[in-house]
Amino acid sequence: MTDFKPKTFAFICNWCTYTGADLAGTSRMKQEADFRVIKVPCTGRIDPEFLIKAFEQGADGVWVSGCHPGDCHYISGNYFAQRRWHAFRQELEFLGIDLRRLRFTWISASEGRKFADQATDFVKTIRELGPYDEFRKRCMDPEQVESTETIKSSEGGDK
Amino acid sequence: MTDTSTYIAAGKDSDANVSDTVKSLRKRARELLESGDVKMVIGYGQGFTSTRAIPVFITSPDDADKLIFDKRCSYNLTMFLKKAEIKAMGRIAIVVKGCDAKAINVLLYECQVKRENLVILGMVCTGMGDPTEDKCADCNVYVPPIYDELFGEPVTNKQWNENTFQRLKELESMSREERFEFWTGHFSRCIKCYACREACPICTCTVCITDKNQPQWIPTSPHKLGNFHWNYTRAFHLAGRCIGCDECHRACPVDIPLALLNWKLIKDLYVDFGFIAGMDPETKPPMATYVEGEDEEFMK
Repeated sequence: MTDFKPKTFAFICNWCTYTGADLAGTSRMKQEADFRVIKVPCTGRIDPEFLIKAFEQGADGVWVSGCHPGDCHYISGNYFAQRRWHAFRQELEFLGIDLRRLRFTWISASEGRKFADQATDFVKTIRELGPYDEFRKRCMDPEQVESTETIKSSEGGDK
Repeated sequence: MTDTSTYIAAGKDSDANVSDTVKSLRKRARELLESGDVKMVIGYGQGFTSTRAIPVFITSPDDADKLIFDKRCSYNLTMFLKKAEIKAMGRIAIVVKGCDAKAINVLLYECQVKRENLVILGMVCTGMGDPTEDKCADCNVYVPPIYDELFGEPVTNKQWNENTFQRLKELESMSREERFEFWTGHFSRCIKCYACREACPICTCTVCITDKNQPQWIPTSPHKLGNFHWNYTRAFHLAGRCIGCDECHRACPVDIPLALLNWKLIKDLYVDFGFIAGMDPETKPPMATYVEGEDEEFMK
């Protein structure tokens, strides 16, 4: 599966991880790049709906990252988010979703190195797991699987 | 409002078959209506067949004798409290069991009902249905946690312990892949009728997320994609709020064991945060609060 280009999403908080990603970029750190970043104001803004939606849109993996506890720009957003994911993860596990495809990290603005490492590790994990066909087969209609395949191949060009 | 008379069965029990508890309930309902203290009493009445009880909406003191309470009264009447027609009535009385009273506590915490508009007629209940329903096995509220007047002999409430949540054991012992097959198999029957939402006393949003279409978060057609999303979302929106009355499962026309999804959340929040929804109207649910220094091992 070495040539498999996973479709993954990274929901990233504007204040810490996004800046950390910037640092990784401006420091020219080497990292895997098979993820699409979606910037949100705060991890507290991330409705679990987003993550399910990502899988529905054909994601093979989803990564969520925000400020370390205590560092939230809005003081407590990440604390609430952490509690939400605590329940969310266990419920997803109960529903039979593969939790290896879901990653949560705290990355601060100064942790460019950590961002690059996590990005590489995350993409590699998903690449090893391969496409999330299990979900596609049981939770999506054949036409939809086809249409996401089309999106995939048409988007392959801009990589 | 719909003509309530269609919901009210004609038959009245003869006095000989009526327990003292129900007699005192009827007496109190009559007093409340006669004095004009409440506009309506919501309770259980004799159904159209002998095996069923149905909701009755009593507005005249003469109809107070239509109230019943026995093993058939498993429905959660607090669902009606979210209806605009009922809210418009002002002060009403409602017959509740322990689990239903939990729902009132959640609604009070969320400011969905006004305490002064409710007369809560609490019933002591040690299990509904014959054989006893699954939800009753894990009941910790034989005596309602909130009531104005209590009917029946008070008994000691059970506490939750390591033997609680037996109904989740079978699923939890499966492998992840088996669980995925189990749930997606059940969800494939979903027809998106939203009966689970309508029957839920805690689903109080005037516009549900599935009815919002800009953006369309949840696909509305009953195909595989939307079914997984909807059923997961319905359960998760009740995290820390669900009181475990199993009305979603009962209302489901295709018999998806929806209550298990909710009981999983109930269990997690009880085990991890010691929280039980609806025990009082003040405690903040775990999703609405946090503790500093709380670290999750899944956060990398």
